[in-house]
Amino acid sequence: MLSALTGDSGGRIRMAIKVQLFVTCLAEQFFPDMLERMVGLLTRLGVEVRFPEEQTCCGQPFFNSGYQSQAREVARQWMRVFGPTEGFIVSPSGSCVELVRHHMPGLFPAGSAERRQAEDLAGRTREFSEFLQQELQVSDVGARFPHKVTYHASCHLLRGLGLHDGPKQMLKRVRDLDLVPLASEETCCGFGGVFSVIYPEVSKLMTEAKVRSIEESGAEVVVACDAGCLMNIAGGLQKSGSRVKAMHLIDVLAAGGDAGKK
Amino acid sequence: MDATVKQIDFRRNTQGVPPNIPASVQKATGRFLGIRAGVVGQLPNWEELREAAHNIRLHAINHLDHYLEMMEKRVTEAGGQVHWARDSAEAGEIVLGIARQHKVKAVVKSKSMATEEIGLNHVLEANGIHALETDLGEYIVQLAGTGPSHIIVPAVHLTKEDIAKLLTQKLGVEAPPDPFRLAEIARQELRQRFFAADMGISGANFMVAETGTLVIVSNEGNARMCTTLPPVHVAVVGIDKIIPDWESLTVLLRVLARSATGQKITSYTSFITGPRHSAGEHGPQEFHLVLLDNGRTRALRDPVTRQTLICIRCGACLNVCPVYNHVGGHAYGWVYSGPIGAILSPQLLGTKIAADLPFASSLCGACAEICPVKIPIPEILLHLRHRVAEGDEQEAAVSPVLARAAARLGAMVYGTPWLYRLTLRVLELAQAPFRRDGWLPRLPAPLNRWTMARPFPAMDGRFRRWWAARQRGKSQ
Repeated sequence: MLSALTGDSGGRIRMAIKVQLFVTCLAEQFFPDMLERMVGLLTRLGVEVRFPEEQTCCGQPFFNSGYQSQAREVARQWMRVFGPTEGFIVSPSGSCVELVRHHMPGLFPAGSAERRQAEDLAGRTREFSEFLQQELQVSDVGARFPHKVTYHASCHLLRGLGLHDGPKQMLKRVRDLDLVPLASEETCCGFGGVFSVIYPEVSKLMTEAKVRSIEESGAEVVVACDAGCLMNIAGGLQKSGSRVKAMHLIDVLAAGGDAGKK
Repeated sequence: MDATVKQIDFRRNTQGVPPNIPASVQKATGRFLGIRAGVVGQLPNWEELREAAHNIRLHAINHLDHYLEMMEKRVTEAGGQVHWARDSAEAGEIVLGIARQHKVKAVVKSKSMATEEIGLNHVLEANGIHALETDLGEYIVQLAGTGPSHIIVPAVHLTKEDIAKLLTQKLGVEAPPDPFRLAEIARQELRQRFFAADMGISGANFMVAETGTLVIVSNEGNARMCTTLPPVHVAVVGIDKIIPDWESLTVLLRVLARSATGQKITSYTSFITGPRHSAGEHGPQEFHLVLLDNGRTRALRDPVTRQTLICIRCGACLNVCPVYNHVGGHAYGWVYSGPIGAILSPQLLGTKIAADLPFASSLCGACAEICPVKIPIPEILLHLRHRVAEGDEQEAAVSPVLARAAARLGAMVYGTPWLYRLTLRVLELAQAPFRRDGWLPRLPAPLNRWTMARPFPAMDGRFRRWWAARQRGKSQ
């Protein structure tokens, strides 16, 4: 599996693939452990990891609120940071990747230099599981996680990026992991970015429904691939006094084996 | 329902929704979705059908003028009369005019969202004409004095117990909570009214331009009674319902019933081309078609929002929407609810009235995934959010000045790396008094809008420090 990374020059592994970490504002603020594990995993897979430190946010909160001028302003900052870099831009959040891939180019007039740059960046931005499976051709990272796990399909990962089974395939390759189905796996958890604070009562009902189905799955851990969904689901579980833990796919893949060493 | 809605307050409408409403709604929508999945699964070319349905509808909408003129010509040739109504008021006047001309006292109606939209029953009532809804669900919500809470199942928010109580109260009969008995009671009530009516009013699911034919699908047979028994039939139809020809119809009928109720075809599909042509035929002596604009040509002007008009009103987007399923249709404040209501109402009513609705979605995209005519609903929601926040060629911005100022301030912080990092550090320090075991259970307004539903995870900006240390370690 690692031959895909090596360029196969006399069997010696070369650091052939460069990755720019696009950590996202939410993960940076709330999930530092997951980000450290992400660096550890990628490094172990032979990827050269860079972190452009001037990054802030992709502009999604503004875009989804209708403030396209402000989204454009923040997108310009994002493009200033990632524009001059090389290699793939990899992020642990499906919705942020969707913003970059599907909405950022449209913020700039067709034919403009900024539009071309946004399209170039959209073309090399990948969600973490997508990057592992489709670019590195890796589904098994040698992890071991002896727990009952269920999977919540984040909306923008699932319907925005079309990543239906990838993360679940990776969970199935984890040693001793018991993957159990989640009823309404593809139903939104109630986060929805600005939606959660504009209509908190509705968001609460949706979150409670998600928490109930997670509880009913019998899992000890619920896995998702988006910082927004995770902070909502984790909070919902905490509020209901549940013992189920919400984890990022990366947290599980970094467990056991030697894949998780930083 | 009230055609003169002033302001839709979605948040207020979603506060304190009685739990029996989502329970009732979810029971029905879950059943529809289950049956739908079964019948759709039997069609190997479902995706091709969706694509064809999308293309047919978009073609019709893109050539609306051409097909509407064809429709008018064919209906007139068939002996019908065509009226054009710019808005609710004009449509109401036209129907009232026809009713007066025939000295109409009693009207029977079959289910029609267009007449709900223009508040026709109120207009008729105010002029001494009683209009009776004959679709069972519509009959129930009319008795209840509310509007429909679902495009195809108007009384979906009520349980059989609610309905039994309502019929007992309003009709003075003993109504048990048994669906068959309830339907029987309503049927008894309605039957005599069909024969006594002077005028029948309907909507239409499609208008086939090539022959000037109205197409009405139903499961109760009431639409056929309304359009054939009374001497005058008036159909009020949105101009968006036009399709080119019968070949198009075959595609659309295949996706409509399957998406709506999970049926392969509805119990009745009525085709109406003008009035009866001789005394021996069934059908009304007069046929009137009122073509309703009411904001549709405004929606047509914008190439993004235009796609809203290809909707065939199957209700599948409501059934699959997690927001709709938790709050019910009345929360949307007007006749159209769910995802389609969230994009249609702001266009028909204007964003001044319906600014809340484009935000009444978590943008999960389940609606677009199920839509049989592939309306990109999330894209249109985002487009309308932009209209609300910043204004566009169609309407000026309506978002509060404070919200706009906050967006500008936020963009300044996110657009300036040092200021962003500083802000995060300050917030990290500021959270200390609220922190309990890695969580922030309660925060002051406006952040309590988050913590009322679940705690915030405590902020922890240590990744950058970790990265910096890692880089220093590497370089040594």
